[in-house]
Formats: sequence, structure tokens, C-alpha cells
Amino acid sequence: MIEGALWRRWVFYNIPLILFVFVLLFPFYWMIVTTFRPDGELYLPWNAPNYMPFWTNNPTFEHILYLFEETNFARWMLNTMFIALVSTVISLFCGVLAGYALARLNFPYAGGMGTAIFITYLVPQTLLFIPLAEIIRNFQLGDTPWALILTYPTFLIPFCTWLMMGYFKAIPKELEECARIDGASRWKAMVYIIIPVAVPGILSSGIIAFTLSWNEFIYALVFLSSPDQKTVPVGVTSELIRGDVFFWGPLMAGALLGSIPVAIVYSFFVEHYVAGLTGSVKG
Amino acid sequence: MAVTALSAAESKRLSPRLRKLEDERWLAMALLAPTAILLGLFIAYPFFEGVLLSLSSTRVGEPGHFVGLKNFYKIWDDSIFRHTVWNTFYYTAVTTVFKLALGLWLAILLNRHFRGKAIIRAFILLPFIIPTVLSTFAWKWMFDPTFSVINWTLFQLGLITTRINWLGDPDLAMTSIIIINIWRGVPFFAITLLAGLQTISPELHEAAAIDGARPWQRFWHVTWPLLMPVTLVVVLFSVIQTFADFQLVYVMTGGGPANATHLFATYAYQLGIGTGLLSEGAAISLAMFPFLFIIVVVQLLYIRRVETR
Repeated sequence: MIEGALWRRWVFYNIPLILFVFVLLFPFYWMIVTTFRPDGELYLPWNAPNYMPFWTNNPTFEHILYLFEETNFARWMLNTMFIALVSTVISLFCGVLAGYALARLNFPYAGGMGTAIFITYLVPQTLLFIPLAEIIRNFQLGDTPWALILTYPTFLIPFCTWLMMGYFKAIPKELEECARIDGASRWKAMVYIIIPVAVPGILSSGIIAFTLSWNEFIYALVFLSSPDQKTVPVGVTSELIRGDVFFWGPLMAGALLGSIPVAIVYSFFVEHYVAGLTGSVKG
Repeated sequence: MAVTALSAAESKRLSPRLRKLEDERWLAMALLAPTAILLGLFIAYPFFEGVLLSLSSTRVGEPGHFVGLKNFYKIWDDSIFRHTVWNTFYYTAVTTVFKLALGLWLAILLNRHFRGKAIIRAFILLPFIIPTVLSTFAWKWMFDPTFSVINWTLFQLGLITTRINWLGDPDLAMTSIIIINIWRGVPFFAITLLAGLQTISPELHEAAAIDGARPWQRFWHVTWPLLMPVTLVVVLFSVIQTFADFQLVYVMTGGGPANATHLFATYAYQLGIGTGLLSEGAAISLAMFPFLFIIVVVQLLYIRRVETR
């Protein structure tokens, strides 16, 4: 990279980068400060004197306690975790198999199937939520976790398949042929040779699928109704706002705690996440 | 790796089911079956049902009958729906331009060696990782009319003298939503474009620099054309997601004030689920389909072109 004097580096690179990081992270800082700020400080108007918005000297756990004592927050966390994990596993299973078939097998209509999966990759949840709600009700799945576990794969499978196709295509054909010459069946060559090589791709798809299911909102909002069944995003939205009254302390505490599982998974697998993200747009 | 090699004699003893899987066509069918069943049941079937629903007069608890295109005529005459169409295009266009420009800028800032690069890159993606609804609540609290930290900062800097009612005014509410969408989308653009930038050989830049190209010329004539394939795919993905957005508007304004910030999805939700006019709601979401279809076709044609190159 061609860079000039020190002051130029600061003006053109460091200062803009610091500004970007500040703006991108400030809302999370604000979430944390609000979570630990007592109500008395929280509801000072913005133009009140000696209002100190960026720090609090009286940190409190009252909002977090409120979440666990007055709402079903713990239950929502468990629900979301269960739904996200099961739908991720289902999607990985389907996506890995389908990705393998589309990337490495010759069969009639392979191109058409690939295109069909790509098109479903681009179908947003908001296109189908009303008829899907009817179908879920007809299948007697309404207000159960299975309504989400079975519908989340509709946007996760196409994504996993697409990403896995990329990984499978990059594995040399010879690897499989060697195993076949040694007498392994097609099935065994796939399970014991090719899939283990593609583990980084499986991890990437799994992590992204997990974060996508944790993020999903409209299906959870429409398909679930009883407070016990809700996921974190829906529970926080529907139970911590009563009419026009927002319980900002518990709301921010819920937003913070609800983000933590995703943040932990992400922090352990940043490289896989980034690889998956960039792989998903390679086409 | 544990490879169980089978001798010729052993493979003859394979069960008939496994022997069938030796045929590529049977194996492909078996591997694609779970995907086909799930996608068929929960995408193809609802799509078909949605079309039927939008052509009927169904309401909640009131099975309807076939009414032809009546729902579509009705929403076309609905001034809120027309405003919704305009909003969706405006929202998608403005946010995409900003996400691309800022994302590219951020990608260029990150595309060099400096200390702490890995950590900064990891932190930058946070807005994209954290569930949208949860981070949007943080923004809603920041835009709160009475307790806004943004107003406080602007006031302390002497830029304003009275409060700005961010979510109470139609134009300002739209602007707020656009800001949050850009905030959430920039990391995605930056990280994917950064991956594209890293495939461009620095030697090209050096060669151009030796030939006397200014930094701006180097960007415009070297970086930008080489980055084009990745850029187009990222933009198309983002356009589809933004066009069909729901969560952000639902949390920030619920479509208000006075239905001024509705997008297709939020208006469909309000009519279909909120007031129970299922068939009209289905018609509004399906009205997204032609636009999405055009975007997908453009994308497919483009990918074909790249693949045959």
C-alpha cells in the first residue's frame, strides 16, 4: 500500500476508521449503560441539568432481576436456543447432502434443481408469512416450537446448500476416485472422504445458520402466541412494551442478554463466520 | 481417515438398497429428497396457497370464496398502499447507495496491515450479527423523543436549541429508519468487499502508480472494475433483503406516524394479521413478487455470464 507522511495516514486512514468503529459500536455501549442505570437516572429529560448520559455512578441489577422475576425471559432464551439449534442441525443435514449432490453428481435436471434452490435462497420470509400461518394452523403446529423448527430451514437450507456447493466444488475429483478405486462405495466415499474434508464449510454454514435463526422475527411473531412459547426477539417486543409504556431498563437488559449467545458463538468462530459470509456472495 | 475399503466380493454382498445408491441418479435423488420435501411443503405450497388466498375474500375465521383480482384492484386504489410502494423503493435505493459507498470506504480502510486489524474486523461485524430487533431497540431508545442521547449531544454541541422529535415526524422517522438500516448493512458490505479487495494484486496498483496514476485514478481504473463482480452480487443480495425488510420498521415506528413509513411487509402484516384481512394482506406481500422476480432474474443472468467467461 502506498502511504505518505504520518499526518496523512492519520487524516485519511486512522481517524475515519476510528469514527466508523465508534458509530458501529456505540449502540451496544448504550445498551450496556442503560442496562445498569437505575430508573431515577434513566428518565431524566435530555436537557435536564447535570444529566450525565455516558456513565452511571450507581450501577444496578434491578433491570436484569426484573427480567428473570417478572417475565419469562429465561424461558424465551431456552426456546430460542432449542429452536435455533434444532433448525440448524436439520438445515445442515439437508444442505450438506443436497450441496454434495448438486456439486459432484451427474444426474438429469441437475442444473434446474440448482437454479430452483438458488431462487428459494432469495425468497424473503415476508413474502409467504400469511399463507404459511394458515398452513401451520392446518398442520396443528401453531404455538409450538415445531412451527419454527420446520419453517426456519426454508431460508437456512438454500443458504447452506449454496455455501456447501462452493466447498464441495473446490475438492479435487481425484480424492473421491482414489477411494472408489480402493473399493469404497459412492456412499462411503461421500461420508468418509469428502464430508470430512468439507468440515470448515460445515462449520461456517452452521454458525451463520445459527445466527440467522436467532435473528428471525416475523415467523416467530406470527406463529407463536402464548408468552411461554416465545423467542427472545418476540418476547422482548411483546411483553416489555405495555401499550405506550416502554420498560426501557428491562428492554435494554433483554436486548443485551439476548445478544450474548450469538456474540459468544461468533467470537469463537469469527474466521469461519467471515469465510462463510464471503463465500455466500461468491456465487 | 477411516476408510473401509470394500473388495469386489464384499461389494456384491451390499444390501440392495446400498447397491442402488451406486447409481448416481438414485444417490442424487436420495440426497436431495429431504431438501425437496421441506422446501416443497414450506415454500412452494405456501406460495401456491398465497396466490389462492390473494384471489379470495378470506378473513380471520371467515372462509372466503374466489373473487378474482378484486383485492389487487382494491389495494391499487388504496393511497396508503401507493405510499408504501414509494417508501419501499425510496428506502431501498437510499440505503443501498449509502451502504455501498460507506462499506467500500470501510473496506479500503481495512485493506492494509496495521496492529489490531483482526480485532477491529471482528468488532465491526457486530451490528450485522446481533439480532436486528434487539439492536433496533437500542436505536429506538437513542431516538426517544424525551430521553434521546442524540438530541443531548447535538444540544451540547450547540447545533440545536429545541428537541428533534425523531420518530414523530414522517420525514424524520423515515430518515431514522434509513440510518439504522445503513448502520446494520455497512459491516456486511465492508467485509464482503474487503474479501474482494484482497484478491486484487497490489502489483497492479504499483504498476499504475509507476505509470503516474493518482490515487483516485488508481481506484477508478484498477480497483473498481476488478471489484465489480463481487459488488454486483452483494448489492443484489442487499437489495432483496432491504426491499422485503420488516423487523426494523415494525420495531421503530410500526409503520407510523399516520402510516407514513410502511414497507410492503409491515403493511401486509398490519392488514393481514393486525386487522385480519388475510386475503388483502396476502395480496400486498405477493405484490412484492414481481419486483423480487426481476431482481433474481438479473442476478441469475449475471451469474451465468460470469460462469461462462
